[in-house]
Amino acid sequence: MNSDKITKIVLLSVSLIIILIAGGMVFSLVDGAIPAFKHFGLKFIVSNNWDPTEGRENYGALPFIAGTLLTSVLALLIALPLSFSTSLFLGEYFRKTRMAKILGTMVDLLAGIPSIVYGLWGFYTLRPILISMGIGNQGFGVFTASLILAIMIIPYATSLSNEIISMVPADLKEAAYSLGATRLEVITTVTVPAARSGIIAGYILAFGRAIGETMAVTMLIGNANLIPTSIFDTGNSMASLIANQFGEADGLKLSSLIAIGLILLVMTGMINAIGKYIIRKMS
Amino acid sequence: MKQALVILLALFVLASCQSNKKKEVSTSNVSLTAAGATFPMPYYNMVFKMYTDKVGTAVTYGGIGSGGGIKSLADKVVDFGASDAFLEDAKLAEMPSTVVHIPTCMGAVVLAYNLPGVDGLKLSSELLEKIFLGEITKWNDAAIAKNNEGLTLPNQDITVVYRSDGSGTTQIFSDYMSKISTKWAEKVGTGKSLNWPVGIGAKGNPGVAGTISATAGTIGYIGSEYSFSMKIQTALVQNKSGNYVEPSIASISAAAKGNIPEDTRVMLTNSDDPESYPISGFTWIILYKEQAYNNRSIEQATATVKLLDWLTSSEAQAVAEKVHYAPIPEATAIKAKNILKSITFEGKPIL
Repeated sequence: MNSDKITKIVLLSVSLIIILIAGGMVFSLVDGAIPAFKHFGLKFIVSNNWDPTEGRENYGALPFIAGTLLTSVLALLIALPLSFSTSLFLGEYFRKTRMAKILGTMVDLLAGIPSIVYGLWGFYTLRPILISMGIGNQGFGVFTASLILAIMIIPYATSLSNEIISMVPADLKEAAYSLGATRLEVITTVTVPAARSGIIAGYILAFGRAIGETMAVTMLIGNANLIPTSIFDTGNSMASLIANQFGEADGLKLSSLIAIGLILLVMTGMINAIGKYIIRKMS
Repeated sequence: MKQALVILLALFVLASCQSNKKKEVSTSNVSLTAAGATFPMPYYNMVFKMYTDKVGTAVTYGGIGSGGGIKSLADKVVDFGASDAFLEDAKLAEMPSTVVHIPTCMGAVVLAYNLPGVDGLKLSSELLEKIFLGEITKWNDAAIAKNNEGLTLPNQDITVVYRSDGSGTTQIFSDYMSKISTKWAEKVGTGKSLNWPVGIGAKGNPGVAGTISATAGTIGYIGSEYSFSMKIQTALVQNKSGNYVEPSIASISAAAKGNIPEDTRVMLTNSDDPESYPISGFTWIILYKEQAYNNRSIEQATATVKLLDWLTSSEAQAVAEKVHYAPIPEATAIKAKNILKSITFEGKPIL
């Protein structure tokens, strides 16, 4: 008779631990970021000057916020048509065929590749191609980083959308067919609307992944602490800057890096909230 | 049988008495923890292992960066720290108690470039300034050609590659640049990471070296230990005496031939020695002058100082060369040993 109680207690304490860990993270981020915000105020977010040289230290996060948003949005735009058509291929048109199984496995495989491998592939394979096309500064830059990010997030967006699309009730689709709808009409008027919230959730997940990606971006973006003036310009992202500079940072610089981490957390939270709002509005 | 046992016991007691008289502290079972600079890590890993095999003292070294090494020492969580940059007076004052510097080996920052078929590129101070400030943008610029008669320079854009992570290598390079160019000192300055006017950032020596080797027309700076072991194409740099010097173990060591202060805290860049490679520097181990802190035992303190004493000996210094570091000159080693003699445990000298 007590097993129910025990389960309750265990579940409660485990979820409390999770809350404590998340709360502790937020607390230590805020605590570490206070000196930077005290010193620079809100200018920290809108200033584009990042100068770590001793004696004239000045830290502004804008180049990295811009770099992160630019690479992630661009990656999402590149990934969108690819992953959307892949999920339709897998979940609707070629559902349960051998071809779909092979493709599905390949997409899942993409999700399992470590980001450093993507970085290396981008560095040694993709970059020379871009150099020969004359794109970017020696092939480095926002565009190269976005291309790699797009490939990295395709499996996240695809898997979830595919799952949801194949879960759309057959009754609904059959009803549409019996009314004389073509296959394309069924997809646009029945399948996609029914699966909409799940598809959007998949892209939000993918976007979140693109925002936080570090290693592959560091290797390809060029690590220039400037606001990129075009998508072929070099830049830097928030996660990449933190990973690069954290090791030798102290004092105000360390606090500024933690502050950037906090902004990154807030940004991710905002995107999740917007995503949830959209899903609620649509369903 | 019983007699033999008694004699053995007596001998044992006698032996331990004697060692008590000499105040010999056993250091063989002690394990030491250290953390700091990544630059000398391959050297430290090798010599510390040798020392463990020889004496028994186990040494764990964490390559967490110079900043981390200083912080670990300040937090008193290590027996000693390691740093590529010496602690400035202000930083020394911030430490909980007096810190001393022991130079352990030397390294340099070399200028690696990727121009197929162009060997022995000569870089004057003026060229370095203009290339890294982005004022010269083509390899066949008249200024480079004038300085490198006989070399066929391609009509290609110059791409500068720098360290995207904070690094002692950047510190030494920018210290040198600030010494040779007032314009650089004003516009960029000195530090572990900088606000670079031009170029592309890559992570770590492998990142910079990899970017250079994979991209024609690039130039960047990397640690000598890395470039020597990878046999990377490097430029000759003009030193203070006007000579163009190739980076080598000998030319790096030559940078420390001049007058070194007693506490060894000195940047060796732009050395006066005519044979020196101008972008050279020491790397240091840092520790507290008073070793009795945080419940440390006399064994631990003695093991620390003895290890460092051995590290500055010719036996350990010979290993440095094998792993592509330059040994510290004899005169510097003597100064290091003098510093070690000043280290105390509860006020009494250890060595």
